[in-house]
Amino acid sequence: MVFSSFFYHLRTNGLKISLHEWITLLKALNQGLAYSNLWEFYYLSRAILVKSESDFDQFDIAFSSYFNEIRNTESISSELLAYLSQAIEQQSYDQDEVDRRTNQEFDELQRLLAQRLHEQVGAHNGGKRWIGTGGTSPLGNSGYSYTGIRVGGKSHNQNALQVASSREFRDFREDETLELRQFQSAFRRLRQMATPQSKEKTELDLQQTIAKTCQQGGLLHLSFRSPRRNAIKLLLLFDSGGSMEPHAQLCNQLFQSVRKANHFAQLKIYYFHNCPYNRIYKTPACIYPESIDTQWLIDQLSSDYKVIFVGDASMAIWEMRYYTGGRNNRPGNFISGLSWLQKFVQKFSHAIWLNPIPTSQWELSKGAESIQYIRKEISMYPLSLSGIEQGIRQLIASK
Amino acid sequence: MGTSFHGSSRYVVSEDLMRSVNIAIALQKPLLIKGEPGTGKTMLAKAISEALEKPLYIWNIKSTTKAQEGLYTYDTVQRLYDSQFGADTVHDIEHYIKLGQLGQSFTADEQNILLIDEIDKADLEFPNDLLWELDQMEFYIPETQKTIRAKHRPIVIITSNAEKELPDAFLRRCIFHYIAFPPQDVMEGILHAHFEHLDAHLLQQAMSSFYMIRTIPGMQKKPSTSELIDWIRALQIGGVNPDVLTREIPFAGILLKKREDIERLTPTDPVSPRRRH
Repeated sequence: MVFSSFFYHLRTNGLKISLHEWITLLKALNQGLAYSNLWEFYYLSRAILVKSESDFDQFDIAFSSYFNEIRNTESISSELLAYLSQAIEQQSYDQDEVDRRTNQEFDELQRLLAQRLHEQVGAHNGGKRWIGTGGTSPLGNSGYSYTGIRVGGKSHNQNALQVASSREFRDFREDETLELRQFQSAFRRLRQMATPQSKEKTELDLQQTIAKTCQQGGLLHLSFRSPRRNAIKLLLLFDSGGSMEPHAQLCNQLFQSVRKANHFAQLKIYYFHNCPYNRIYKTPACIYPESIDTQWLIDQLSSDYKVIFVGDASMAIWEMRYYTGGRNNRPGNFISGLSWLQKFVQKFSHAIWLNPIPTSQWELSKGAESIQYIRKEISMYPLSLSGIEQGIRQLIASK
Repeated sequence: MGTSFHGSSRYVVSEDLMRSVNIAIALQKPLLIKGEPGTGKTMLAKAISEALEKPLYIWNIKSTTKAQEGLYTYDTVQRLYDSQFGADTVHDIEHYIKLGQLGQSFTADEQNILLIDEIDKADLEFPNDLLWELDQMEFYIPETQKTIRAKHRPIVIITSNAEKELPDAFLRRCIFHYIAFPPQDVMEGILHAHFEHLDAHLLQQAMSSFYMIRTIPGMQKKPSTSELIDWIRALQIGGVNPDVLTREIPFAGILLKKREDIERLTPTDPVSPRRRH
């Protein structure tokens, strides 16, 4: 099988390519759709194997690393390249003869190239055997051959490897932070449809109406049912501390999209500073008159609420371990921030933490230590499209 | 494969896109087109239809569309109605089976183009309900016990605005193409295809303002090609002097659809010469 190592190379590089798609690609190659040209092959394989522009970047990286390896196995001398860069004009040829002679597998061509590189001395232009220009050898450039390997010269097209390594699609990666609309559609997945028995029957049940009407010999009988509703209850807790300032726009987008999603059975939004303590705030300002007792809140809400914390989880260790985190420092609060978090997680088994700091910096940022503590209590995901999707999957999964 | 696509006069097609279309035709797979709104996804099917001179069937998907509707609908209410008034047709169920766009495309006498427009608008499961039909190009009508099979495999184009993720099983069967937002030189070609007479100076000024607006950070809805075309048309009709565009954006409401975006466009004006006294 040609190239199956390429398949595994792509898979080990994190592209979820199925056998189904790979076979489609092989069929396409059999039909000659790649025109034995790396550039065409790049587009062909991308169109068939990659199904989202957010994976294009990963594909580009994998593609260029794989084919660079192949390309680098042969070192081509500079004298050879110098003469190849001055191509002569295409000599006349018999196309059928050339097609028959040069229709070779890529592996075979690789071997041939290695052999010729070893044997060849000097320039051979216009011929059919040696690496050269303007002829009908499968090796060289500016000539005609059914299949072949370009050696030197300027491609009339852009080089596929060049394009693959320029990584034009970097901006579409899903781990990049995202726009409002994408947030909204991510939250649409947070749903569990249910037909509450208590609800009034207000929706016309067409199937049932038809069945009943037929049973009565064509006399119209209208049937109703209660509408299906999303049964998800959501508690959203935002960190509104000073260190969250740089992430304000991102959090605002998250806030907007959850509010607009409007399909939750219950939605409660509260704020905290650094870590939840004995008071939870109703407004981002986090002031005492607009706060409620945290224990009261936990007791009030039923345990099937899904809980999402949004915060950078970055604070000094004492802010997390000590009572009240330095705010409302009154006697009588003996529960630390970390314990409050534990209380939440114990009551609500479906809880996640979204962090606007990219995953790669969780162990490097100044909050590395507190992030580590919090991650022991609760699953943390980055506040990006793929992070939200993973988090929502966890919120929905039954435990 | 005898058919291959080279673009049409009204629709400027990039080399990449042309390649993907031809791959999809050769492999007989649906072509899934994704891209920003206004990059001409829907236009593409029309262009292919014109270029290959094959008829086009358009199935517009809405949030309430069910897969079944594209195949056929059984008009039970009409039949019930007829039965109460003793119409002769009532015994023939086939009389009440109405083929949808997909059904019509399958039963057509020549090969055609089938556009399934904005597939992501429908319910999450919608694409999965079409797997068999698109793979095998046939479907069964239980009411009449008949199987409808495509006489000629249609060229299927599917567009998506990426509002929802599409199911993997569906994606595996498609050829994928992402229409990137056209760079300036391609955009020029697109504009020339839409305007017979376009003043070169106006074109330059409008394009540079347009691409400038698209780079303003934090825009909620970036203006797209179709908005640029409308805007230039408005500038032409309004007889706006192109040089004005370096200072202000007239008819900004055509380009930007959100109040916040328009406000963002005119931020606390840096001392403009006319305002200084």
